[in-house]
Amino acid sequence: MNYQPKFDRRSFIVASAAAVSGLSVGFHIPFGDEADAALSEPEVNAWVVVKPDETVVIRVARSEMGQGTLTGLCQMVAEELDCQWSKVTYEFPTPGENVARKRVWGDFFTAGSQGIRSSNQLVRKGGAAARMMLVQAAANQWKVPVSECVASAGTITHQPSNRTITYGKVASAAAEVEPPTDIPLKDPKDWTIIGKGLKRLDTPDKTQGKTIYGIDIRLPGMLYASFKACPVNGGKIKSFNAAKITGRKGVTKVVQVEDYGVAVIADSWWRAKTALDAMPIAWDNGPGAKDSDESIAAWLKQGLDSDDGLVGNKGGDVKAGLASAAKTVEAVYAYPYQAHATMEPQNATARYTPDRCEVWCSTQNGEAALATASEACGLPVPKCEVYKTFLGGGFGRRATSQDFVRVAVLIAKQMPGTPIKTLWTREEDMTHDWYHPVTQCKITAGLDKDNNLVAIHYRISGQSILAGVMPARLQNGKDPATFSGFYPGGEEAAYPYTVPNILVDHSMRNPHLHPGFWRGVNINHNAIYIESFMDELAKEVGMDALEFRRKLMTKHPLHLASLNAVAEKGDWGKPLPAGSGRGLAVAMAFGSYVAACAEVTVDGNKVKINRIVAATNPGYGVNPAQIERQVAGSFVYGLTALFMGGIDVKGGRVEQENFNTYQMMKIRHMPKVEVTVMPSGGFWGGVGEPTICVAAPAVLNAITAATGKRYRTFPLRKQGLTLV
Amino acid sequence: MLHLTINGTSHDVDAEPDTPLLWVIRDTIGMTGTKYGCGIQQCGACTVHIDGVATRSCGMPVSLAVGKQITTIEGLAQNGTLNAVQQAWIDHDVPQCGYCQSGMIMAVTALLKKKPKATDADIDRELTNICRCGTYQQIRAAIHSITAKA
Ligand code: FES
Ligand code: FES
Repeated sequence: MNYQPKFDRRSFIVASAAAVSGLSVGFHIPFGDEADAALSEPEVNAWVVVKPDETVVIRVARSEMGQGTLTGLCQMVAEELDCQWSKVTYEFPTPGENVARKRVWGDFFTAGSQGIRSSNQLVRKGGAAARMMLVQAAANQWKVPVSECVASAGTITHQPSNRTITYGKVASAAAEVEPPTDIPLKDPKDWTIIGKGLKRLDTPDKTQGKTIYGIDIRLPGMLYASFKACPVNGGKIKSFNAAKITGRKGVTKVVQVEDYGVAVIADSWWRAKTALDAMPIAWDNGPGAKDSDESIAAWLKQGLDSDDGLVGNKGGDVKAGLASAAKTVEAVYAYPYQAHATMEPQNATARYTPDRCEVWCSTQNGEAALATASEACGLPVPKCEVYKTFLGGGFGRRATSQDFVRVAVLIAKQMPGTPIKTLWTREEDMTHDWYHPVTQCKITAGLDKDNNLVAIHYRISGQSILAGVMPARLQNGKDPATFSGFYPGGEEAAYPYTVPNILVDHSMRNPHLHPGFWRGVNINHNAIYIESFMDELAKEVGMDALEFRRKLMTKHPLHLASLNAVAEKGDWGKPLPAGSGRGLAVAMAFGSYVAACAEVTVDGNKVKINRIVAATNPGYGVNPAQIERQVAGSFVYGLTALFMGGIDVKGGRVEQENFNTYQMMKIRHMPKVEVTVMPSGGFWGGVGEPTICVAAPAVLNAITAATGKRYRTFPLRKQGLTLV
Repeated sequence: MLHLTINGTSHDVDAEPDTPLLWVIRDTIGMTGTKYGCGIQQCGACTVHIDGVATRSCGMPVSLAVGKQITTIEGLAQNGTLNAVQQAWIDHDVPQCGYCQSGMIMAVTALLKKKPKATDADIDRELTNICRCGTYQQIRAAIHSITAKA
């Protein structure tokens, strides 16, 4: 614990909503010196402030984008703090404060379903240390040994004398206590707040339009910018004719953004946008302009048999295993680009002066936003600050590239002193995304004469996310994350089956579109390849899909437990009318074991999903009610992509621009989802993403069970199938 | 100057008559509960009530809203008491990111005013707002909790 009792509170508090009354106490946006007066109560430590009225303010470093991490992290701190949950409220420390305090809050990065799991030790210790200091302060006041005092629900009791005092009364004194170095944590069996399906802390504001997202920031004197980048990624601006729009009402300035973009600044966003639309711009589309779906697919197809495979999982001798097999089975699958389409389009508000740059934005990665601001404006990090708001969805779009921050800062820098909100249109957002990567997969399997799976080769061909967003994380040119779901073991995404001869390799082919982390990431397509093909093999040997899997899963008991749970609850094996079918899928993803059993009815080209039974074992489940919601929502994300999604490329441009051509599941498409949360304890798995990867294969297997037809390329709209 | 009545309060605004009502509400007047999601009347994030009828404000020129009663998410609660839909949303902990929820709540409020006993078929047909977080299951449960009492 890096303890600093009297740190500079300047610009510190971004949000504060009181759960105490269930009503918001308002949203504080720090702006210049006004921020100095944000909060006067001294903190107990970096994580915890207890106010004299017993309100407990818990500071949360991770971003809240809907996944519920805010509430979950508060539960973890509150558990060890032993405070009353009804008194808990929250605030977001800024990335700049984190840097100034030697990263006391750890990592701000909120992605990879890491929000809870990778910070569980840090935040629980933060809460426990604060409790120990509060108890010590009470003992000091009473002049009794600390060992005679206990804390519970925000009250400290001196057991021999039965004297009591509340946290709020000793909070100031606690701040002066030497922070402990040895911080024991509770045994999970003693938890009373962790593991409870408590209500989210942010719900009341979200039902009243009070929650502030990046797009909602309003600052005195603020202007608005509308921005366009070259429609082909990698292309440049040739020319633009600002004279055509000067004199339009409200238009202040036309500015170029590096060599690829241009923006109009005006006194309202609508005036900025319509002026930008009216301005003639000539683009040099660059080399990406020759790419199309067809050219990308052809290039990836070559990678299915090329000799440039980077090996991700290798056991036994797959060549020999296939050669000696009684029968071989082969299939080729392909998964398209997908856009994130966060409900809140990309935006950021920036104010630049020659000695300070401030940014207000929805980001999954506060520290990356800070670094991006600094790099873009040329001021050192200590002269920059980022204020995080709530996010209108993240899904990975706001996790790595902070391009929306860079663009906003570069625009604001051209009008020093004026805060400028740069908002991308939906069209700009959708055509300048960091897309779910495009891949194909050729699978070759060998069965012996007794129909045992003895060899399997998965050759993935396609785009690497890490090569596009974090090239430093490549290992000898290989993207290890590409193999998510295929790993031979480990704690993240292990392959569910034991096959004596296995090879998984990747021919890396990176087209010109930016790849990015897209909720669920690489295992989304990998699980389709693995789980669809498992059903193909079962069918080939005439076995029940569940039995065929079980035979291969004896060494994967946790995978199997989740699969068994959905098979049982999903009525696997029970008869269904003609035209209906069930499908299974199982995976380990982001450290959790997930499975789904889908039931569909197919009528001509219309697919109706009647029911989905899902199971998830995240090890420790911090908030089962929120886990259920994440799981249900994951089916919407995964199945929207399967049926309606798919980004098309023509002349280097992304063809889908808005929700009319990139359609979304609506409430009428929503199947009934029954969720079993089955935490086994013993590990910390993620929740926000894992289920997405079983959504598509479970439904695909159900469609095949209903129709006998196997679909191997997506989205299904291109196969003539419609979700109804 | 155009004269608008929003949540019972008068506003004189300086905007071109063809400016979508959404941007006048958000930027000119400064009420940010109403959201921008698509600008082409596809997502419903911008839903407000015009004389009680759910309307996608991104597609409505501000000039057409003159003389009408405009209600936004900020105007649903009366004297600090949330309306039934807002309360059901809290009881069912519906929102995830929350960005679509202003529009959802406005759309559902208008639907239930029209059809207090809205069935699943009514919901499926009339509630066409997009929620990218996929809160549909909770939305349906929350609506059922209201229609059950109607
Ligand atoms: S913003 Fe109006 S419908 Fe999407
Ligand atoms: S709650 Fe996030 S879009 Fe609906």
